[in-house]
Amino acid sequence: MKPEELEVKAAAELAKQQAMDVRLVCCSSTGCQSSGAADIVARIKADITERGLAGKVQVGGTGCMGLCSKGPLVRMTCKGHEDVLFSEMTPDLASRLVEEVVAPVANGEEIHDPVGPLGAHVVDLHAAFFAMQERVVLSNNGHADPEKLADYLVHGGYQGLRKALTMSAEEICQEVLASGLRGRGGAGYPTGLKWDFAHRMQSDVKYVICNGDEGDPGAFMDRSVLEGDPHAVLEGMMIAARAMNATNGVFYIRAEYPLAVDRIEKAIRQARQAGLVGRNILNSGWSFDFDVRLGAGAFVCGEETALIASVEGKLGTPRPRPPFPSVKGLWDKPSCVNNVETLANVPRILLNGAEWFAAKGTEKSKGTKVFALTGKIAHNGLVEVPMGITIREIVETIGGGTGTDRKVKGVQTGGPSGGMIPESQFDTPISYEHLQQLGSMMGSGGLIVIDDHDSVVELARFYLDFCVDESCGKCAPCRIGGTQMLHLLDKIVAGDGTEEDIANIRMIAQAMQKGSLCALGQTAPTPVLSALKHFPSEFTERLKQPAAAEA
Amino acid sequence: MSEDTALDDVEVEEAPEDEIVVLAQKWKKKRGSLIMALHELQGRLGYVPRESAMKLGREMGIPLANIYEVLTFYNYFKLESPGKYIISVCTGTACHIKGSPKLLHGIENELGIKEGESTPDGEYHLQGVRCLGCCGLAPLASVNGKVYGKQDVTDAHGLLENVKRDEPMHVAAESNDAE
Ligand SMILES: Cc1cc2nc3c(=O)[nH]c(=O)nc-3n(C[C@H](O)[C@H](O)[C@H](O)COP(=O)(O)O)c2cc1C
Ligand code: SF4
Ligand code: FES
Ligand code: FES
Repeated sequence: MKPEELEVKAAAELAKQQAMDVRLVCCSSTGCQSSGAADIVARIKADITERGLAGKVQVGGTGCMGLCSKGPLVRMTCKGHEDVLFSEMTPDLASRLVEEVVAPVANGEEIHDPVGPLGAHVVDLHAAFFAMQERVVLSNNGHADPEKLADYLVHGGYQGLRKALTMSAEEICQEVLASGLRGRGGAGYPTGLKWDFAHRMQSDVKYVICNGDEGDPGAFMDRSVLEGDPHAVLEGMMIAARAMNATNGVFYIRAEYPLAVDRIEKAIRQARQAGLVGRNILNSGWSFDFDVRLGAGAFVCGEETALIASVEGKLGTPRPRPPFPSVKGLWDKPSCVNNVETLANVPRILLNGAEWFAAKGTEKSKGTKVFALTGKIAHNGLVEVPMGITIREIVETIGGGTGTDRKVKGVQTGGPSGGMIPESQFDTPISYEHLQQLGSMMGSGGLIVIDDHDSVVELARFYLDFCVDESCGKCAPCRIGGTQMLHLLDKIVAGDGTEEDIANIRMIAQAMQKGSLCALGQTAPTPVLSALKHFPSEFTERLKQPAAAEA
Repeated sequence: MSEDTALDDVEVEEAPEDEIVVLAQKWKKKRGSLIMALHELQGRLGYVPRESAMKLGREMGIPLANIYEVLTFYNYFKLESPGKYIISVCTGTACHIKGSPKLLHGIENELGIKEGESTPDGEYHLQGVRCLGCCGLAPLASVNGKVYGKQDVTDAHGLLENVKRDEPMHVAAESNDAE
């Protein structure tokens, strides 16, 4: 395909969409699929066909719109009316919508109320849940069909790559560095710098790897991006490849995410067919292709050196760094491992420019961040917010608080590597630095809300149990220290703990932080330490004998 | 573990020999693809029987010890036939906070087995899993890939009744047809 054909295809698809009287898109991500989305789409299609309206009404799928707990969601674009979002749809409700709203509109009748009989199911698109969000990575979710390349093109798809093909590798690295984009996989390393290191390495073969392992339990940001906008991740990887002169791309995706794997494989096939992947991409003479590998249920494989070992078919255990993957990675060749969300930001940066991106967020944390908002929260789901927004705004305004008569006690960010943040600190802005100051971390974006009935001691124990279970056992501080610490926490949970046990927990924590080989062991004590820091009384209250003196 | 003890009263399913040969040929060409070959094998049989692992090893030129090292390191692989209905209760954080341990215990009581076990008749296998990525629907369980979201954690019986009614078949990813 020639570069100009991108616009031609996009324009054709857009014209087709605009010619439609009504457009109905149903969330086709895993959450809504499991609430019955497929039956709804099938019913709408059947009803439309039966009425002979196929040429006037478009029916399709789209990525996660964020309100997963109220799924399946259907978004309706009706000529002459504002978009309407319907929640908790059923096939019968869909039929009524077709009968009382869609069909009349398509038949040219005046209707005054596009909501019709479904008033109780309407979600206010102007409500804080949506109004306070800023969507970059999730911008296509709710609009484009992830299974259609043409839909991605309508929304500026592959224009970032097109631009990158006219730039030198240095220029791309510079652009991404100037945008301030930092890795969304947890550590927050500047993406442009990482690419630049790999770019400087001399090698005939280099790899760019997408980390789609998303092992943090309770987090599903990367899943939603892979399922909801697979082409954006592909495009991001190709731009990364241009920035470091990589020759091959590898997707590493959790086996527990079959739909994500399916969507990525489909996107690769579509892009290859269109001449966007494979040989002589967009007539530039450049060739690049992808491989897809599946994880197999090991959290530690999200760590980049373990991930590389796993792609090589070996046991997924981390190895010491240096050498860093950018020097010696997959098959000993220079490699760059990037997170899904990081990569999905890249096409938008190339398309809109570094300044556009850098204008969002705080001084050192630019852009937006996707969070999976779960736990004791009214609006359970997926949100994308500008960096710098406060935790309170996310939890109370966007999330709607606990939604019960209980009070919010705090949040855990960063999953098993992160920490608890008490409600008293909720006015802290979200940024890599601020979260670290609070004894937590950004992590990949899990945000779990706990209320005043939840015990932080038990939650800390839960996370530690997870880390002990997932430790690969390669190094002693993590393997032995973790087990010992868990034993002490068990004692405290059971009401048999002593002050000495708490002191020992702190000692072991230090040994693990200093002596563990990878971040799993280094950060495994974080949930416990942060709970001790912010909620000391919850520990002392559980000790065998009430502490004689408050510290 | 001796070859057959674990499979005594379960029908031993085995991929026809040529199927494994084809599978091995396909993946042999790619470097480091043992894990992918095992995924495909398990995708077809529901688990990785010892006989099939041996055959795969012979065809791909990989020692059996290496194959078992991989099979036992990665939690996803099953060495025994898991039964007709694999019930996976999510024990990830979002589900945990919403009471999934209670649901798991309830199912244990209903079925008279512990997590990680199968019923003697081979009908049910119960397992705790980390996170199914549908955390918005917490707490939840999945049976042969079908997700049962927003469960009442005190009603394990109701969940099992629904499973009996639905008879979910084991399927891989759902896929829409539109390209
Ligand atoms: C135990 C462990 C698990 C990890 N899991 C993930 C993961 O699931 N996804 C991810 O992107 N990064 C994960 N990471 C971080 C990666 O090692 C790596 O830093 C990241 O993929 C780099 O991408 P980024 O620079 O785009 O953030 C994990 C790290 C550790 C130590
Ligand atoms: S810190 Fe833990 S997970 Fe990491 S290498 Fe050591 S034992 Fe393995
Ligand atoms: S999965 Fe449908 S809205 Fe999230
Ligand atoms: S924590 Fe249960 S689905 Fe994610």
